[in-house]
Amino acid sequence: MTPAEIRSLIVEILANIVPDVDLSQLRDDVPFREQLPLDSMDFLDIVMELRKRFRIQIPEDDYGMLASMASAIEYLSPRLVREKA
Amino acid sequence: MYDTVIIGAGMSGLAAGIRLAQFDRRVCIVEQHSMVGGLNSYYRLNGRTFDTGLHAVTNFAARNEHTRPLVRLMRQLRLDWDWLRLRPQYQSAIVFPDAILRFSNDPELLLSQVADRFPGYQDRVRRLFQSLLDYAQWNSPDASVSTRRRLAELIGEPLLGQMLLCPVMWYGNARPHDMDWGAFCVLFRSIFLEGLARPADGILRILRLLVRRYRQLGGELRLRSPVKRIVIRSGKAEGVELASGEVLLARNVVSSAGWKETLRLCGLPDTCPESEPRLSFVETIYVLNQPTRRLGHGDTMLFYNRTDQFCWQAPDGEPCDLDTGVVCASDNFAYQEDDPGVEPVLRITVLARYDRWAALTDAEYRVQKELWRQRIADVLDKYVPGFRAHVEQTDMFTPRTIRHFTWHDQGAVYGAPHKCRDGRLPVDKLYLCGTDQGLVGIVGAMTSGVLIANQYCLRDGDRG
Repeated sequence: MTPAEIRSLIVEILANIVPDVDLSQLRDDVPFREQLPLDSMDFLDIVMELRKRFRIQIPEDDYGMLASMASAIEYLSPRLVREKA
Repeated sequence: MYDTVIIGAGMSGLAAGIRLAQFDRRVCIVEQHSMVGGLNSYYRLNGRTFDTGLHAVTNFAARNEHTRPLVRLMRQLRLDWDWLRLRPQYQSAIVFPDAILRFSNDPELLLSQVADRFPGYQDRVRRLFQSLLDYAQWNSPDASVSTRRRLAELIGEPLLGQMLLCPVMWYGNARPHDMDWGAFCVLFRSIFLEGLARPADGILRILRLLVRRYRQLGGELRLRSPVKRIVIRSGKAEGVELASGEVLLARNVVSSAGWKETLRLCGLPDTCPESEPRLSFVETIYVLNQPTRRLGHGDTMLFYNRTDQFCWQAPDGEPCDLDTGVVCASDNFAYQEDDPGVEPVLRITVLARYDRWAALTDAEYRVQKELWRQRIADVLDKYVPGFRAHVEQTDMFTPRTIRHFTWHDQGAVYGAPHKCRDGRLPVDKLYLCGTDQGLVGIVGAMTSGVLIANQYCLRDGDRG
C-alpha cells in the first residue's frame, strides 16, 4: 500500500472511533493524542482494526509506533505490502 | 469452539461481548434468566414497565466531554452518546438531623452550600475535589487506605465528612463501615463532579441498544441457559457446562457471576471468608397520580441519615435498617419535550440483610413484607409529606428478590466487600468482570466489561 492509501485507511479507522471529530485538519507530524480525544484504550482499537482488516499482528511493544500519522505510516508501510485487502 | 464465553448478560457481560464481537471474535453470552440486564433489568406489572433498581446513572457527561468515563465508554462500544438520551438531575439533597446540603451536576452548588452551612470549609472541599485519585491510580497502594480516616484529615469536620460520604456509600460501597479510598474517589467523582442523570426511557432502551449492537456484530446470546460449572483442565478454563448438559468450549471464559459465585462454579474453595453479612436492600416503589414536584418535593435524589453517626452496615438484628436511605423521584429529571411521558415514580431504598429475609417461610415473608412496607412508608412520609394520598400503584423488592434474579450471594447489590480489581482468578483463561471487579453503577459495570475484554481477551495472540 502507498503511504497515501495507508493514511486514508488510518483516517477511516479513526473516523470510526471518534465519529464526531473533524479529521480533515489532522497533522501528520503531531501525535494523535495532542489533536484528538483518544486515550490508551483507543490505541488498542487502532491495533485491533488493523488486525481485523489485514491480519497484521502488532506486538504490544510497537504500539508506540502508532502515536502519530507519520510514524504509523512509516511503521505500517513495509508491513502492509502484500496484504492488501 | 468460541473465542470467549461470557457468563451473564448484565451490563458488564453485554459490554464485554460487544467489544469482542466488534473485532470478529466468536463470542457467546449465556444468561440464566429469560431477560437480559442482571441487576439492571426491568419488569412488567399491571401494564407498567418498571426498572428493577435504577435510580439514576452516575458519571454524567456532555457529548463533547471526551475524557469523561461515559464518553470514553461510548467510544469503545461505538455507541452514539445521543442514543442513551440521558436527562440530567435537577438537584439532590443530603439530609442529616442537623444539616442539609444540596448538590447538582454543577459542583459549584455543593461548594456554595458548604460555604453556607459549614463556613470556612469550602476550600477544604475544593481541595478534596483536587486530591481525588485518578482512575489510572486506583490500583495504587494509596487506593486502599481508609476513606473515613482520609476524610477526617482532609475535611476535619465530622458531620460534613459524613454527609459527603453518605451518597457515595449508597451508590456503590460493598464494604461495611468504611470504604477503600480508591473506590471512594471513583464514586465521588462520578456523583459529585460528573453527576446524575436518567435515560429518558429508563433502562429498557439501553439494554435493547446493547443487545441489538451485540447481535448485529454477530454475537450469540443464549437466554435461559444457567451454567452448571466452568470446565477446567490442568488449571485452565476450557469452557462452560450448562445445566442442560451441553458444553460450550472456549479459549477464554469471562464471568460476571460474582467472585465467590464464580469460584464455586469452578469447584474451588472459598479463599476469602467474609466476617459480616453483605449489604442488601429493600426498595419500595410508588407510582403517583401527580408529579412529585406538585407534592412539594423538588429533589431528584434525597439521601437521608437520621442518626448522629452515619452507619453503613447490614442491619444488626432486624431485616431492615431505616436509619439511612435514598429517595428517588424519577420525574425530577430535566426531560425534553419529545421524551415519552415519564410517570412520577417514587422509590425509597433502605439497608437490609438477606439472612433475615431468607429464613422466613412464605407466609411469614408476606407478613414481614407488609410490615416493613408500612414502616418504610412512615419514613418516606417525613421527606415527602402526604405522598400516600397520591399512590396509584406500589411494589416492593427484598434481598430475596435480588438473590432470585441475580443469583448473587446474599442478595448483594454491590457484590463482595473485597474486590478482585485485576479480574484474575486462580484459573488460567478465566476472568471476572462486573460488580466484583470493583466498578459499580451502569457506567462502571460496562466499563468493567470493556476493560476485561481489552486486557485479556483481545490482546491474547492466540487467534488469527
